[in-house]
Order: sequence, then structure tokens, then C-alpha cells
Amino acid sequence: MRAERFLRAALLALALGASPVLAADWTIARLMEALAANKASRATFNETRFLALLDRPLESSGELRFTPPGRLEKRTLAPGAETLVVDGDSVIVERLGKRYSLSLRDHPEVAVFVDSIRGTLAGDLKSLERAYTLSLEGREPRWRLVLRPRDASVARLVESIEVDGAGADLRRIEITQPDGDRSLMLIRRIGP
Amino acid sequence: MTAGRPVRIAIWLAVLVLCAWQVSRTRFIADLSSFLPASPTPEQRLLVDQLRDGALSRVVLAGIEGADARTRAALSRDVAARLRVDPAFAAVANGASAGMERERDLVFANRYALSPAVTAERFTVEGLRGAVSETLSLLASPAGLLVKQMVARDPTGETVLLMERRQAGGGPRTRDGVWVSPAGDRALLIARTRASGADIDAQALAIVRVNEAFRAAQQKSGAAAAGARLLLTGPGVFSAEARALIQDDAKRLSLMGTAVIVVLLLAVFRSPIVLVLGLAPVATGALVGVAAVSLGYGVVHGITLGFGMTLIGEAVDYAIYLFVQAERGGAPAQGSWMDRFWPTIRLGVATSLAGFAALLFSDVPGLSQMGLYSIAGLVAAALVARYVLPWLLPATLRVRDLSPAGAKLGAAFGFARRLRAATLALAVAAAVLLAMRSGSVWNPDLASLNPIPERTRAVDAQLRGALGAPDARIVVAVSAPTADAALESAERVGRGLDPLVAQGRLSGYESPADLLPSLATQAARRASLPDEPVLRERLAGALAGLPLRESRLEPFIEDVRRAREAPPLTRESLAGTAFDMALDGLLYADRDGRWTALVGLRGAVREGATEGIDAGAVREAVRAANVPGAIVVDVKAEADNLYAGYLRQALQLCGAGVIVVALLLAGALRSARRVARVLAPLAAAVVVVAAAHVLAGTRLTVPHLIGMVLVVAIGSNYALFFDTLAVRHDPAANRTYASLGLATLTTVTEFGVLSLSSIPVLHAIGSTVAPGALLSLVFCAALAERSATGPARGGSGIMGATAEPPCAP
Repeated sequence: MRAERFLRAALLALALGASPVLAADWTIARLMEALAANKASRATFNETRFLALLDRPLESSGELRFTPPGRLEKRTLAPGAETLVVDGDSVIVERLGKRYSLSLRDHPEVAVFVDSIRGTLAGDLKSLERAYTLSLEGREPRWRLVLRPRDASVARLVESIEVDGAGADLRRIEITQPDGDRSLMLIRRIGP
Repeated sequence: MTAGRPVRIAIWLAVLVLCAWQVSRTRFIADLSSFLPASPTPEQRLLVDQLRDGALSRVVLAGIEGADARTRAALSRDVAARLRVDPAFAAVANGASAGMERERDLVFANRYALSPAVTAERFTVEGLRGAVSETLSLLASPAGLLVKQMVARDPTGETVLLMERRQAGGGPRTRDGVWVSPAGDRALLIARTRASGADIDAQALAIVRVNEAFRAAQQKSGAAAAGARLLLTGPGVFSAEARALIQDDAKRLSLMGTAVIVVLLLAVFRSPIVLVLGLAPVATGALVGVAAVSLGYGVVHGITLGFGMTLIGEAVDYAIYLFVQAERGGAPAQGSWMDRFWPTIRLGVATSLAGFAALLFSDVPGLSQMGLYSIAGLVAAALVARYVLPWLLPATLRVRDLSPAGAKLGAAFGFARRLRAATLALAVAAAVLLAMRSGSVWNPDLASLNPIPERTRAVDAQLRGALGAPDARIVVAVSAPTADAALESAERVGRGLDPLVAQGRLSGYESPADLLPSLATQAARRASLPDEPVLRERLAGALAGLPLRESRLEPFIEDVRRAREAPPLTRESLAGTAFDMALDGLLYADRDGRWTALVGLRGAVREGATEGIDAGAVREAVRAANVPGAIVVDVKAEADNLYAGYLRQALQLCGAGVIVVALLLAGALRSARRVARVLAPLAAAVVVVAAAHVLAGTRLTVPHLIGMVLVVAIGSNYALFFDTLAVRHDPAANRTYASLGLATLTTVTEFGVLSLSSIPVLHAIGSTVAPGALLSLVFCAALAERSATGPARGGSGIMGATAEPPCAP
């Protein structure tokens, strides 16, 4: 995996005219290239949801699997088992022995969340830029990508999405809603 | 009978004008439900009503295939949007939830009346705690983002529960926002027409609209959509298609049949005047037949018209007998034809009428129409041939003498006599074959009469399965004096079915009470909502230790207070929504004002495919629920029972018809031996034709049976002529042979044309009568008494022909 990534970087360097890529050149485009090179990956997550409605945050944890370009699985193990599978346009939720399916197109509020995370994982700059204005802070070993929705109707649901990462790994996703509610997800990669 | 020529012609023309007037104001129909019995059991009546104009009959299923998935989805969305504003459609669904906001609001606003979870227990401290905890766990889940806004008003999750019930079984697969087939290669839509399925004009128009919407959407989508195709099925589509098929066939067959007769008569008589005169009884018969059906039934079925072809085949024979047998150049009105041949023809007409009377008494409107048509048509044609035609023949007319051809035919008939043993052997062999295969001779499947090709029906089954539409095969029906009582019964049936859903044997059911609970249920749900102080107190207890504070739930407390005081949800409050339309199909009053509620069942879903439903388990569950007036209707089984009953009845009626024919012959011929001589060749022809069908792998249907009755009716004319020739010397026997040959030729060609029909009813009749008529003639000759065979030996009857009297005049 590592060797392959090195190989890709080397090939890319060759393609760019054999000039070594400097750390200072860490741009959104470079980040996306690095992310797009990711193969299928697996990670654990811990999510904390802070809702004004509730006195205490809601905690959940489980596993994430991503298969480029479009399949994302989120298996929540605690506090209760639940599976969310996003594949292309379809979302399937399995919960308490029941199965629900919905379409992202019919639920733009879900699509916003799914596309931001999935688009980042896949390094799909085009789809991200369609829906968000992007800004990147930091350097390759520790970067933060901030997404702000372009569309006013989406902005009513999401204020910003901050994705923190190191290299081609995602470490933390924080989603802030205009009403101040937010959800914080910590991610730890555990394998391919 | 002594009236002069002008009087006869005037009466005839007056009848023609009256009939033409009646026909001009006749409505023609083509729905196949006319071929279902009119007075069946309650289950069957429900089925027939449903097929005719129930909710199921209004469904148009559409599939879009070709192009790529995204384009198909775009087309589906565009077509749905166009159809939603089309007044021909009450509702259109394609999986996209856009356009359903009103329904969502309605469910949310009435959640405490609609949710089956609303019970007194749910609003105790424990019940509230359980429901709120459940909602909190949902909030923590990805789905939580969807429900967050609702929690303050609906912390017990009634809305989510109602949405779940509606989605039970997962529904069709969704891709790019619209329903797709399990393989993902078709986008799917369901539209429900406003008009009943029996209104074929409206159904045909609806189909045109869907096609137009599709083409418009295709054009808008540009090149990417060029390869897309639209598939349409559903009962309305089938009715319209069946009608088009029937109309097409009736037109095509009538033209072909007429052309064939015209060519034949011209070729034989070589006289346009004889041609026109020959067609006069036929045309009169057809016109009188349609007018009689129109008067008797109010409407005329397309298949009856197609069947009219058969009349041409028999009625033209009357003219042929007159032309060929009448003395050459003699005045036919006073001629010997009347004395010599009319009694025989009259007896032939009487036996034919006896056969068709069997149809007249059928419970099946379509068949009794055919019976009335034939009886009226034949009587009219025979009367014209007897009382009008001879007076229309110009005195100078010379009908071509067919004696030479008759002589050849007579010689052939003489030869056929050598086939007597072979004929008997063939008939016995055929009878043995039929007896051996008696279990599988008849086709028990109603679908055997369906003119819709198997391929189209397969597409329908695929679309239906993919859409997870309630299984059209099995449905639970309850009836009650009022709509509300019917809803109450439907609720009890639902409670009986709940265990099957819990066991996973059904993925769910669709009850009208889900959309509109009975007043009693709504009152019970309202009564289980506590008043404000009690609710506050219990809520405080329920929320202890949970991260949700009571102060956040003021909107909930307010909503519960309002729900306690709200007027019950009624049919009027649903007006104009998709629910109202869905209710139309699930809750309706019949003509007598009695209400029926239908509970549709959804089979369990495994691997995205819907499984069949265990009818026995459903029956058991409904029986256990002990709901008065509840019946489980297995549509396919009922349809087949219906058809089996109708086949039985047809067999009985035809049997009775044959007995009447035998009695008629016995009365006229006054000799068991002669009756046997007339009936034997006909019986042999029927048996051999039936055996040939069985050998060819065709399973016989009611139309085949009608064909056999026709063989007896038509063949009895031939047999009677042979019988007459056997008992009385006829110096003009060759002319009789010629007329028989020509009559058989026209009959065989007419029914041969009919056998080309793509409509199973007409094909079955044609393919039975064409060979049957030919065999009747051959067998009549083969089994004839020696005295009748061969012109050379005419008159020297060995069997003592003079001992037996000719037909009583």
C-alpha cells in the first residue's frame, strides 16, 4: 500500500516534469489527488452529537468502510446496532431489524452530509466544489479542509463541515448546523 | 304467404331500415369481463367487479428501459411531473417524494389519530419513557438528522412509525431518486387513472397521454434519451389493447370473409346478380343479429361481431340451396323447391337454433350475446331466403347449372361410401383417445381466453413484482352496511394479520384503515391521550435520567392537547390527496349501497424479490380474527373456479342443445333409424375434430365447445339432405350434391378465415368448425344409405326407401 503510494507519487512527479513536490505546494488539488489515490479503507469512529434540545451529548461508535468511488458504510455498534450504507444515490439504513431505503436526491439534507464526507474520501474535487466553497489550512502532515455550502437552502441545514486529516487520512469531521447543534466524529484508520 | 312481391320486398326493406337505425345507435364494447359470468358467488362477484372497474383496474404500470440509469431517472421524473398535472390521472408515483408534501403534512398533523401505537399504555410513565428513549437512539443515528426537527413535537416517534409502516418491505429499489427494477435496468412508475378500468375509451386515452408524456420527456432530454423505451402494462392497458386487437381482427376478418365469399360465388355462378342476391340473406341476418343484441343487451361486444363471420358461413348456404336446387328457369315462388327442399332446410334451421339456444341460456353475457346474435341472424336469413329471395330473382335469370359438378361430386360421394368402415374406426379411435385423456381435454385456465399475448403478461408480472405493489393475486375483503363499519372490520382483519407480519410471512398489508381509521378507533386513540396536567406529570417521570428535558417538549404537550380536542379525521379531510385516491380503490360502495373494504397483502421480501403469499395461512388468520363478512379472495383460484363453473355450465347447455336437436329430428323424421343416420356422421365429425385438437396439443376451451355445437348445427343441414335423398328418389340429385359441395366450401373457407384470428375465442371456433364442417360432409357421404350415393343408382333404394316417409312438410 505504502509502496504503491510512493510509486504513484513518483510517477506523478515524473509527469509534472520531475520537479520534486515541495511541502509548500500543499493545495486543495494536491490533497484531492492524494485522497483520490486511496483504495478501499476501513476505520473506527467515535461520534458525539451536541444538540441544544438535549442536556447531554449523544455518543455513538462503530466502524466506517469506504470503497471508492461511491460506497460508504457506517456500522454503528454502540449504543445500538445500526448500519448505514450509501451506494451511489441510494441510502439503506438497517435498524432494529428493519430496513429503510431512501434516495439522496429526495433528501437533500442527507445528501449534503453524505456528499461532503464521501466526496472528501474520494477526493472528488468537482462534486465538492459544486456544492461547497472550499478552503484548506495547514500542511500535508496536518491539514483542515473547511466546506461551506453554496446553496442557501442547504445553508439552512449546515453551516460548515470541517475535515481534519494527515496526508491521505481523515482524522476528524465536525459538522456545525446554523442552530448551533454540531456533530463531531473522530476517525482512526485500522486497515485497507 | 300469399302476399305479392311488392309487399314482401317492402316489409323486408322496412325491417332493414329499422335494424340499421337500431345498429346506428348501438354502443360497442370489448372488455373481457363480458366473458365472465354475471351471477357468481360473493368472492367471484368481488373479483368480477374488481376486474371491471375496481382500483386494480385503474392502475397503469410503466417501465422505462434503454439509455443509462441517470437518463431513465430523469425521464421518470419528467413523465411523472407531466402526468401529475394531467386530469386523466388521479395519482402518479415513481418513488420520488417530491410532490408528496401535502400528504406528509397530513400524516404529521393527524399522527395521534393515525398511529396504531397510540394506546393508553404508550402514555403512561413507562410507555413514554420507552418511546422517548427509542427516539433518542434514533437521534444518535445517521437518520437522526432527519428527525431532529420533529422531536420537540413528536418525541414518541409516531410520525417515524407511520412512515415505517408505509415503507414496510422496503418497497421498490430506488436509484437516482426513482423506483427501479431489482436489476436496476428499468425505471418504474405507477399511475392511477381517474376513469374506471371498464371505460376503455378513457383507458386508451390515458395510454396515449403516457406515451405523449414519455415522448415529450425524451425530446427534452436530448440525445442521451434516444435509446429509451417505454413499457406499459396494467388492466387498463390490457383492455385497451384487447379492444384494439378485437376491433382490428373483427374488421380484418369481416373484410377477408366477405372477399372470399364474393370471389367464390362469382367464380361458381359467374353472375353479379346472383352474387348480390346470394349476399342478401347474409347481410339481413348480420344486421338483424346486431340489432337484436343491441336491443337485448344495450351493448354489443366486439367478439360478437367477429363471431358474425360464422353467420356468413351458414346463412349463405340458404341462398346457395335455393339457387342451385331451384328448377332452372322456373318460377321459384311456385316452384317445387318450396315443397321439396324447404322442409329440409327448415328442419336444418331448427336444429341450428336449438344449438345456439344453448348459448343463449349461458350465465356469461358474452356467450349469450353470441347465442342471441346467431338465433336472430339465422331466423332472419332463413326468412329472407324463403319469403323474399325467390321473389327477387328476375324471371329471366338463368342460374348456372352446376349439375355436371354435382355429378362428379356424387361419384366422389359414392366412393366415400367405401370409407364407411374407416370412418367408423376413426370415430371409435377418436372417442377412445378422448376417453383416455378425459382428465386433460379441457383447459381449466381462464387465461386461455385472454387475447393478450403471454409475453405482455410476463412484462406485467415483472413490473408488478418489482414495484412491490400489493399482490393482485390475493386480497381480503370485508363488507358492511356503512363505510365506517367496513373500516372497523378491516381493522380487525389487520389485527388478525399482524402475527403473520411479525413472523415475516407477510411484509405488510395495505388497509384502508391505515389511511382512515374507523371513528371508534380514532375515538379510542383520542381517549388514550392524557389531559395536560396528567401528561406533564407523567412526562416528568418518564424523562428522569434522560438527556431530554420536559421544558423542551412544550410543543408536544400543545399538540397532544389539540389532538384531544380535534374533530375526527374524515374522508373529506383527505380530499384531493394521494390518500383519498388510494382509498377509492380500497373502500367503495356497490350499487346497493353496501360498503366493501379491501385489505391488500404484500408478500415477504427476500433478496429484493417479493415472495408468493401463503393463501392457507392468510385464510386461517382471517378465520381466527372472526370478522363477519370477511372473505379471502384468491383471485387466480377464483378466476379459475369461475371458468370451471362456466365450462361445466356450457357443457350442460350444449348437452341439452344436442338432446333438443335429437328430439326435433325425431319429431320430424319419426324414425329412430333416420335420426341415428342424421346424427351419426355429425357425432363422428365432432369427436374426430376434438381428438385432432387434443393430439395437436391444444386443450379445449368453451369456444371450442361452441365450435362443436356449430358443427352439429351446420352439419345437420348436410345430413338431412343425404337423409332426404336416401328416402326419396330425386331426379335432380346432382344439383343437391352441387349445392352441398358449394355450401361446405363456403363454410370451410369462412371458418378457415376465422381460425386466422389472433383472438383465442375466434381462433378456437374457426379451427373447430372449418375441419368439422368438411368432415361432416365426408362422413355424411361415407355413412349414407346406398340409395343416396351415385346419380346412376338414384331411386333404387335397397333399404326400401319408400317405406319411410319424407320430412313432414
